[in-house]
Order: sequence, then structure tokens, then C-alpha cells
Amino acid sequence: MVPIFFAYFALVSIVAGLLTVSLRNPVHCGIALLALLGHVAGLFVLLHAEFVAVVQIIIYAGAILILYLFVLMLLNLKTEERYFHRRHAWYITGVGALTVELLMVLLASRFSGAKGPATVAAVEEIGNSTAIGILMFSDYLLPFEIVGVFLLGAIVGAIVLAKTPSPADLSGDER
Amino acid sequence: MDMLVFAGASVAKIAVVMVTVLITVAILTLAERKVLSWMQDRMGPMEVGPYGILQPIADGIKLFFKEDIIPAGANWVLFSLAPIISLIPAFIGFAVVPYGPNIEYELYGVTIKPFIISDINIGILYVLAFASIGAYGVILGGWASNNKYSLLGGLRAAAQVISYELNVGLAIIGVLILAGSLSLVTIAEKQAGGFWHWNLIGGLQIIGFVVYVISSVAETNRLPFDLPEADSELVAGWMTEYSGMRFAFFFMAEYANMILVSCIASVLFLGGYHAPYPGTLLPGILGYFEGVAWFTVKVYFFLFLFFWIRATLPRLRYDQLMRFGWKVMLPLALANIVITAIVVYVLR
Repeated sequence: MVPIFFAYFALVSIVAGLLTVSLRNPVHCGIALLALLGHVAGLFVLLHAEFVAVVQIIIYAGAILILYLFVLMLLNLKTEERYFHRRHAWYITGVGALTVELLMVLLASRFSGAKGPATVAAVEEIGNSTAIGILMFSDYLLPFEIVGVFLLGAIVGAIVLAKTPSPADLSGDER
Repeated sequence: MDMLVFAGASVAKIAVVMVTVLITVAILTLAERKVLSWMQDRMGPMEVGPYGILQPIADGIKLFFKEDIIPAGANWVLFSLAPIISLIPAFIGFAVVPYGPNIEYELYGVTIKPFIISDINIGILYVLAFASIGAYGVILGGWASNNKYSLLGGLRAAAQVISYELNVGLAIIGVLILAGSLSLVTIAEKQAGGFWHWNLIGGLQIIGFVVYVISSVAETNRLPFDLPEADSELVAGWMTEYSGMRFAFFFMAEYANMILVSCIASVLFLGGYHAPYPGTLLPGILGYFEGVAWFTVKVYFFLFLFFWIRATLPRLRYDQLMRFGWKVMLPLALANIVITAIVVYVLR
């Protein structure tokens, strides 16, 4: 059962990923990206990482991609369209070469990486959201805090960038 | 064989829930018109059947036979896809709601839980994830119609859903801290033993409850937060160009979403299938159905609240909506998390 689902999610992810970069209409690209995110979430579920799968949907599909679409819908893309996809042949050659390279590396490794302590059995024992929570607030507390500070910086930066100068400031500059 | 029994039981449960939801949607279309009419001293639909109770059937037949119009210049693919993207996530969320006690039966050697379709350990996040997918239907429908009113409606929906989804997510964290679990089944089980054990009263999640209810009204695009379809400004917003069954899909999705958020609200804050008194009055199997009946009562209370709010409050202006979401609801939800966390830490 699992290999069938894996094959489905993996194949659709690849096809959706290709469509994301090759479709002509940017909104269609957004929908392809949505399909890609959904199917990658499916792969996470197969790995017993339901928490990561759902968070991926909530954050990437539910918030970030909606904002992308928000912007794409406001753009008038009729004029920009023709500048895309001029050199399909070059892209395909490049992507093909990279794929062959990746396949060679993968085949040489015989798919046998080092396995961490988070095996399926270990995760099933305490539940995966509990496992993530305990790890995040014990072993990985410092990285977690650093990411938090980074995000705070990003929020402050966004506010500074988005804040239009008030008329008083503008008149002050002119003097 | 075991697999077959399990699959059969699951399909049967899904069928029962889906039929119930569809019937409830039909009831709600009539109930909304009737309740609004009574609140405005009118009679509402009276012509079709006694007291107009067959009105939903007449409406259904009308929508089914209406001409299906796709505007010239519309994006055909997305225009057809949008109602489906809207409807499916609205129905999928019902898979994790506990409708009754978490009991187990042996059927041909397979353990079956009759009142729970699926108990996944991230239940509430699953509901939130599909609720956010549902917003794509509105946004894409608005864009694909190739109509300025539709597009404005779609864009408003995008901004509104992102703002209020955040508040929904934060409002329930207090409950999650109290329950120590993301599974709706576990959350409901922890509230057993009378109304003073419910999260709203025993857990003092009053702020969380208020923020959740207001934000879910906004998330389902209902009055007074129906800016995406604002009849007086945008004709019908993102639904302007839709007719016939495609329109009916959007309509059903809106009502199914109302039912879903009502189910979630009653599980999270009002004890789900638990009666306000400890245990059940009826013995044995009847007691289980008593639980289901209490759950239904709570869900209908929330649905009535939706109508009540609609009849009472005027529509917000767009900037008021945004300011309310980010400057009132968000700080309240955050304060609720901090207070709940501190109290739980001190008491344990």
C-alpha cells in the first residue's frame, strides 16, 4: 500500500513542480505549486510526520501561497507573458543534466544514509507532535530562539519598509 | 477480510455524516430565512408546503435546472475548478469530529468506533489546514470570473481569511494547553463530568471562546464580516458571475463551513458530546445517543448564533475589519495564551 501511495505522491509532486515553472499563466503556476505542496505533505504523512505535513499546508498553502496569488492577481501580466519561456531548450538541457547527475549520485549511494534516532517506532511511541515539541524545547532550544529573533527582525523590517512617511516628515526633508 | 470490514464500516460512517451534513445544509437555508423573518417581524417563505418547509427542495430543483453560464473571457478551467475547491475542504473537515462517545465495538473481529470516523493525533490542525485550502475556491473563483467586482471580492477574501485564520489558530491554543493534545477526541474526553468541566467554564477559556466565535464568523464570510460578497458594494462579490449548480456549490460550501466551525466550537469549548450534568440519564446504548443529541443541540446553538449575529449587526467597513482583526482580536488571543500557560504552570 505504502509504495503505491509513495509513487503517486512522488510522481504528482514532480509533475506539479515542472508545471509550476513551465506553465504560461502565473495563476496556473500558483495552482500547480498548491498541488505540489499538497503532495509533498502527503509524502510527509507517509513518513509518519503528520505534524510537519499539516503545518506545511497551513503555512505554505494557507498563508504564503495565498499572498502570492494576491499579488499575481493584481499584476497585469498580459505584457510580461511573452518575455517568459524563450529558451526552453537550454533550460531542458540544464535540468536534464542535473537530473542525470542527481540520479548517478543517488544510485551510487544505494539509498543507505545514516539513520537518526527518530525511527518510525520511536516516533509512534510518544506521538509525533509530542516528539517535535520535546526536541524543540530541549536539544534545539537555542536554534529555535535564534529563529524567533530572526522572525522578529523580519517583522520589524517589514513594518519599517511598508510604513509610508507621514506628510510632516516629507515636508521636513524638503526644507 | 479485516480490511474489508473496516473499510465498509468507515464508508458507512462517512455516508451517514455526509447525508446528515447535506440535510442540515438544506435545513439551514430554510432556517436562516425563517429566523431572520421572525426577527424582522415577517413570516418568511410560506408558499411551498406547510409553513414553507419544502422551500429547500424547491430551491434545489431551481438551482439544478438553471442555465450554467460561463462568462466570455473567463478562465474556463479555474472557473469550473473553484466551486469544487471550495466544497471539498468544507466536507473533509468532518472526518475528525467526534460525534459521540469514544466507544469500541467488535464486528467480525475488527474494532470499530461507531461515533468517530477517524481519530488522528493532529485532528484540530487538520481541520485548520483544510479550512485554509477552502479559501482558494473564493480567491480563484473571483479571479477566474474576469469581472472587477469578483476580483475585488476574491482579494478581500484572501486578506480576510489570512487575518482571521491566524486568530482562530491562536484562540484555540488555550484549549490545547489545557487538554495537552491536538486530537479532537482527546479534547472532548477531557471535558467529561458536567458543565463545570467544560473548557469554557472550567478552563476559563472565555477570551479564547469569544475570539474563536468572532473569527470563525469572519472566516466563513458571514455577516457582519461578509466583505468578500458585500451585496451593496460588489453586487455579489466573488459569486457575481456564478449561476446554477456552481453557485449552489459555493452556497453549500458556506453552510457546510458554518456547520463545521460550529462542531469544532462545541467540541473545543462546550464539551462536545458531554451533557451539562455528569454521566448520562439514559442507560446503555441509549446513553450514547443522548451524547449525540447533546452534541446536536450545541451545534444548532452555534448555528442559531450565526443567524442572530446576522440579524443584529451591520456590515463592517473594510479598514475596520482589518483593524479589528489585527489590533483587537490578535492581542486578546495572545494574552489568552500567556495567561492560560502561566495559570496551568502554577496550578500543576
